[in-house]
Amino acid sequence: MTALQFVLGLFALVVALWLVVLIVLDRQPDDYLYAALGVLEFGLLMQLVVGLVMVTGDHGGVNVAAYVGYLVGSLVVLPAAFLWSVGERTRAGTGVLLVAVVVVPVLFLRLHQLWGAR
Amino acid sequence: MSTSTRTGLGRILVFVYGIFALAATARALVQLGTEASKAPIAYSLSLFSGIVYIVATWALATDRRRLALVTICVELTGVLVVGTLSHPSDIEKASVWSDYGNGYGFVPLVLPFIGLWWLWHIGRRSADAGGPELPA
Repeated sequence: MTALQFVLGLFALVVALWLVVLIVLDRQPDDYLYAALGVLEFGLLMQLVVGLVMVTGDHGGVNVAAYVGYLVGSLVVLPAAFLWSVGERTRAGTGVLLVAVVVVPVLFLRLHQLWGAR
Repeated sequence: MSTSTRTGLGRILVFVYGIFALAATARALVQLGTEASKAPIAYSLSLFSGIVYIVATWALATDRRRLALVTICVELTGVLVVGTLSHPSDIEKASVWSDYGNGYGFVPLVLPFIGLWWLWHIGRRSADAGGPELPA
C-alpha cells in the first residue's frame, strides 16, 4: 500500500468515527465535517494522479483497466453520497456519508490487491 | 412521516444499491472491454448483475415498489444460483455474485434480504397509514 493510501485510509476511518458520533448524538454534519470530506476527495484526486503515473510506468503487468477503473470510481463515491445525503437531513442522510467514507478504504485495499497481483 | 422506499433507512439502502450498481457494471465493462473472449458467459452475467442493481437502485429511489420487488427477487435468485454454481478458485472469471459475493464481504448475499424486508416494512406502514398498499 502506498503511503498516500495509508494516510488517506486512516483519515477516512477518523471521519467515519466522527460520523458515527454525529449519528449517535443525532446531530447534523457541520462545515468542519464537509471540509474533511473535501480534503478526502482532494486526496483521492491526488491518488488518481499518482496511480496514473504508476500504471504508465513500469507496472509489471498489472490489470491497468481495472486499476484505473477503481481510481476513477473512487472519485464518484463521496460527491454522490453528499448529493444524496442532503436530500434528507436526518440520521439516515448522515448514514449515507458514513457508508461512503467506509467504502473509500475498501477501495484502497482493492487497489493494493490489484497492484500486488502483478 | 412520509412512507417512501427512499426515506429513512431506505436512503442508505438506495446508496448501497447505487454503489453495487457502479461496482458491478464497471467491473463487467472492464472485463468485456479487455478480455471478453476469456469467459464470455461469466462476464455477460457480470453485466446482467450490474443492470439488475441499476434498476433496483432506480426503483427504490423513485418509490416504484413493484419493480423494486421484482428486481430484488431476481437479485436474490442470481446471488444464490451463481453463488452455488461458482467455484472460489475462478477469481479471474468472477462476477459480483460469485461465491455468494465473498469478494464483496458477502454484502451481495445480505443486500436482497434487507431489500425485501424493507419493501415489506414500507408496505405495511403505508397500509397502516391508510395509503395505497402497492402503488406501482
